[in-house]
Order: sequence, then structure tokens, then C-alpha cells
Amino acid sequence: MKAYEKHVAVNDVSFEVPAGSIFGLLGPNGAGKTSLIRIITTITRADEGTVFLDGEKLNSRHPEEIGYMPEERGLYRKMKVGEHLTYLARLKGLSATDAKAKISGWMEKFGIEDWWDKKVEELSKGMQQKIQFIATVVHEPKLLILDEPFSGLDPVNTNLIKDEIHSLRGKGMSIIFSTHRMEQVEEICEHIVLINKGENVLEGKVSAVKDRFKQNLFELEYEGELPEGLLERAKVIDQQPGRLTVQVAETTESNTLLRAMLDRGVFVKRFQEILPTLNEIFIRQVN
Amino acid sequence: MDKLWLIIKREYLTRVTRRSFILATLLTPLAFGLFFVVAGLIFQYESDDSRRIAIIDEGNIFDRSIKDEENLYFKFVDTDLETLRQNFDDFDYDGILVVPKVKDVMATRHTIYYYADKQPSLDIDALIRDRVRGQMRDYKIEALQLDPQQLEAIDTRIELEPEPIDDESADASKLTGAIAAGIGGIMGIIMYIVVFIYGMMVMRSVMEEKTSRIVEVMISSVRPFQLMLGKIVGVGAVGLTQVAIWAILIPIIILVSSLLFGIDSSAQMEMAQQQPGAANFNPEDTEAMVALAIEEFKSLNWWLILPMFIFFFLGGYFLYSSMFAAVGSAMGDDLGEGQSLTIPITIPVILAFYIMIVAIQAPNSSLAVWSSIFPLFSPIVMPARLAFSPPVWEVVLSVVLLAATAIFFVWLSGRIYRVGILMYGKKVTLKELGKWLFYKD
Repeated sequence: MKAYEKHVAVNDVSFEVPAGSIFGLLGPNGAGKTSLIRIITTITRADEGTVFLDGEKLNSRHPEEIGYMPEERGLYRKMKVGEHLTYLARLKGLSATDAKAKISGWMEKFGIEDWWDKKVEELSKGMQQKIQFIATVVHEPKLLILDEPFSGLDPVNTNLIKDEIHSLRGKGMSIIFSTHRMEQVEEICEHIVLINKGENVLEGKVSAVKDRFKQNLFELEYEGELPEGLLERAKVIDQQPGRLTVQVAETTESNTLLRAMLDRGVFVKRFQEILPTLNEIFIRQVN
Repeated sequence: MDKLWLIIKREYLTRVTRRSFILATLLTPLAFGLFFVVAGLIFQYESDDSRRIAIIDEGNIFDRSIKDEENLYFKFVDTDLETLRQNFDDFDYDGILVVPKVKDVMATRHTIYYYADKQPSLDIDALIRDRVRGQMRDYKIEALQLDPQQLEAIDTRIELEPEPIDDESADASKLTGAIAAGIGGIMGIIMYIVVFIYGMMVMRSVMEEKTSRIVEVMISSVRPFQLMLGKIVGVGAVGLTQVAIWAILIPIIILVSSLLFGIDSSAQMEMAQQQPGAANFNPEDTEAMVALAIEEFKSLNWWLILPMFIFFFLGGYFLYSSMFAAVGSAMGDDLGEGQSLTIPITIPVILAFYIMIVAIQAPNSSLAVWSSIFPLFSPIVMPARLAFSPPVWEVVLSVVLLAATAIFFVWLSGRIYRVGILMYGKKVTLKELGKWLFYKD
């Protein structure tokens, strides 16, 4: 729990980030995401409650095992890229030689080896973002927290960072990914937690969450006429020539419906359950 | 500790390697040197056009002898004034001086007349009057049949020699006060400038970190307090470096430029002596005075003054720059909006400056004594009093209080800072800052 003067920002939020997974921290603006992240990154302390990292209560050594890229990003404008990255890496506990080697490795990976002596202010915003990403991951943290990591990036660089996130996950890094771009969550995250007004609304595996919120909707495409009485047990949501969206009472009903159609000689081209998008779930839960 | 060191190093190195720092550090002494040269040349400047002056000495006061001056030539003439005036252009004179007969030897006023197409310049005016006065004196001594030696004996120069009341205290010479005031004043002014320049530097830097949003990345690695302390120490080291370089360069440049341009610093001294109140200064005395001053200067307890000066430098700097840091953390992008928050900090500094000026004139007044103990004033007032050898207990008390207050203020500012740097888009008042003190982490 974290309360600011007369205002409780985060209250009774509890979730677990499985090690080595990509975890979506979702919530509308002002839900308390940033306050929560600041607690996890040890920037502020919770008034009540505890955060465990790898089974250990959050302590003063942990900042070195966390990499945090805030939504509002910034770098020292007058510093040179190489110097800047070295400085941030050393503050995360890397030795000077270690830091240099790792930074060089990352710069090579991003094809920006020749930026070492460039000043930060000479770089475009997107370029600075790459630097920021390197700064966040260079010390190989156990936990990576990315707040809107793709904002301001072009599609090429978005993919570049996305690939890196996946490959870091493959190396066993746990990643908390905060955003309100639901299509990105759907694409990247395995687990999510949704918080609203400082409380968590739902939590779990993306597939399980979707399953929980499904409305037994099915879409089917067919050819020919639909016989009379076929749809009396299902609720038609939408009907167009050759296409139909229905809602059934239970998931198993769908099989009954399909069988009945096949039995009556309807040529079924496609029969598919429609799962709610995270976007829909988000909007429904938040309102 | 390692991280604090890293922060200090960055804050220091990024500043001292910046071109603007190097320029300011080198150009300031040069500017001083230039000022010194220009001022020296101005004081040395006398009219450079040569003048020839005809003297009509009606009462023969001069007995036909007068010393020529550089660029100024006198000639006694017997031609009458009217002829001279009418043919002024033909004669090659720039002016005609008429010294009328002395009618009454007892008169204390005597008018002489200067005819010229141009007004006499101030220095010529002064020179002529000086010459005539001297000659008039000799003339009157003779006319009144006075004994010049007796006359000499009438004028007595009084010197006040301060003596200690008991034998233990150091014997001060008459110059101690003046020298101590000079050194005290310089130290006080340096402190005043230091607090402002470097305190403001800390404030601006905190603000930049906040508005550029780097601060959130930083404090996910280090404690806000470490970041603030690192910045204060780093900038303080920059300040020490700059002041040390100035302390070495300025005297060197002044020495070199005075040798190069042949400026005699006594020219400036003479000028100062021509001010009212400092009149009747015998030039022969000047040399003796300088020697005595150097002696006095050496005899000051520098082993106490210098370390104490550095201590008050650091104490005052920490005290005020931590407050500037707290204010900087509370400011948003708008510099003007937060400016009002700096007023409570600048008022004590300015007050201390004025007290310091009074303190060097009356170093043992109760205002000076208590101000040099009160921690918000002591960094500026105490260095100004140090050369007057204040009682030990006052210095010790002042040191202890300043150290404790500086530590307390750094801690206090740290509490405001940690809240301020994460607070955006809020207009902050002093009351608000007070509340932040009591926020939990």
C-alpha cells in the first residue's frame, strides 16, 4: 500500500511475476502503475506490504539487480554516449572494464559503435531511446521493468527492441512490461495484471484471462441456406449472407450446433470461437 | 560509498572540462589584470599636452624662480598684462598667470588670476595653487620674520599605538586594524560570491536533472540523498578548484602586468590619499608604511586563518547549497515561478554581507560577535573577523554550530529533495516544502 497525502495511490495490489516470463502491468492512466513501479524499483517505499525479489525481501542491494526504463526518459544531454552509458552501468555496480566491454557489445549489436564519442544532445529522440534501452539492460538485471518501451520508436526499431526483449527473456530475465497499448501486450506478454484505481482487478496468464472473459461467441462461414429452427438454442448476434455470429449458453453447445449444421447438409467453411481481445477486457473492467 | 564517489567524480569532471568553465576560470583573472592595468593607467594619466605659462609676478613673491613641471613650463615676463592679452596669439603662451602684490600679510586669502583661451585643467589648477601656496608661505615667513624651525615644530603628527591590557595578548601595531579589515573584507566578499555562484549552480543542475527526467533513472540506482550529496560535493570541489586557481593567477597577473606596463601601485595609493580625510600624507611615510604592512601581513596567524577560511567556505557552501538543492528539486520547468522560493535563502546571505561590512569596522561589537556565531551568518561574517584574532571560544563555538547546522540542513534538504524530484506539474509553496519534510519514504 502506498498513500500520498490524502490520496491512496496503490492499495492492496498483489501479484506474482513468474521468473523468466514477460509480464504485462496494465491499467488506465492514473491507475497507480508508476507508483507501483517506483515501489518495485526501490525509488519509494510501500507504506504497507512487501515486495519479494527471488524470494528475498526488497533490500538495498536489489537496485543492482533491477533495470528500469521509465516512461518519461532522460539522459544528461551534454555527456558523451559512451561516458554516459559507462556512468549508469557503474552505478549499477559494474566495474569500469566490465561496463566498457558490455556497452561495446550492445552498441555493436545495435549497429551504433561509432556513437561512443557523440554527445547525447546530438542524437534524435529515437536514437536516445536505444541508448536508454542499453542503459537499462547492460548490467544484466534479474528483473527488467519497461514502461512504454516502444513509444516514439519507428517500426524497425520497435522490432529491434522487441527481439531483444524476447532474447533477454530467453536468458532467464523476468520482464515487467507496462503499457496501455493492448495489442502489444497481446503480442508479447504471457502473464498480466490489470490494476485500476490502485487495486488489482484481474491477474493471470493471458490465455486464462481471455478464457475467463469469453462469452461463448462463435463465428461461422457457410454456403447455402440455413435450415429453419437450427438456431433456436443460440442467440444470434450478427447475421450477414454466408456469415453468422452466435452466442451459445455453454462452450459445449457449440459442438451440438456444428453437428446439427453438418447433419442438415450445410457446407461449413469456417467455424471459430471468438475470444475477447485484451482491449475489450480492459475497457470492460475499467469502466 | 562507491556510488557516491562516482557521482562526485561525474559532477566534478563534467564541469571542469566544460569550455565555459575553463574560459571563466582563465578569463576572470585576465579581466582583473586588465582592470588593474586600465585603472593604473588612468590614475597615472596626467595631461599629456605641454603648456607654457607666462607669470606676471607683481609682488615678486617668486623671486624669479619656479620649478618646471613635466609638460608644464613657466616663464616670468615683464611685459604688462594688456600687451600680453592683446597679442595672446602671437606669444606662444597657453596661459598668463597674474600673481598680485600681497597687500596684507595677515590675510589668509589671496586671489591670483589665470588668463587663457581654455579653462585650466584640474591638475594644472591644483599644481599652480600648490606652487603659489608654498611660495606664499616662504614669503610670509620672511615678511613676518618668523622662525621656520619653530613653525615646523607647531605641526605635530599624532600616532595612536594600540597596546594590550595584559602581557599575554599579542601586541598589535597601528596597522593591524587596517590590514585585518582589508583581509577580512576580501574573505567576506569571496564567501558571499562563492555561496551565490556555486549554490545557484547546484540549484540549476538539480532542476535540469529533474526537467530532463534523468533523475528517475538515477534514483533507481542510487538513493536520492546520495545523488544530492554527490552533486553538492562535486560542485563544491569545482568551486574550490576555481577559487584556488584564481588565488594563484590573479596576483601573478597583477604582478606581471604591473611590470609590463610599468604601473606603480603606489600611484593608485596616492590617488586614494587625495581623497578628503586622507590628506597630509607624507610620501616618505608611505614606504615605511608599506614595509610595516608587509610585516603585519606576515605576522598574522595564517596557520589559523587559512584552514579556518576553508572550513567556513565548506560549511557555508554546504549549508546554503543544500537549501538551493532543495529549492531546485521543487521547481518545475519554469525558472521564474520557482524564483520566489530562493528569496528566503538569499535574504540571510545578503544580510550577512552587510553585517560583514560593519564587522570589519567594529569587529568586536556585539552585532559582529553574535553574527559570527549564528550559523546562517557566520560563513560570511567570521572569515571577516578572523584577522582581528577573535577570542578562541567564539571561533570554536562558531565552528561547532556551523558544522552541526550544515549537517542538519543537508539532511533536511535531502528530505525535501527526495519528494521534490519526483513531483511534477505542481506549483510549490514554502508550506508545501515544509510538508514534504514529514513525508515517509
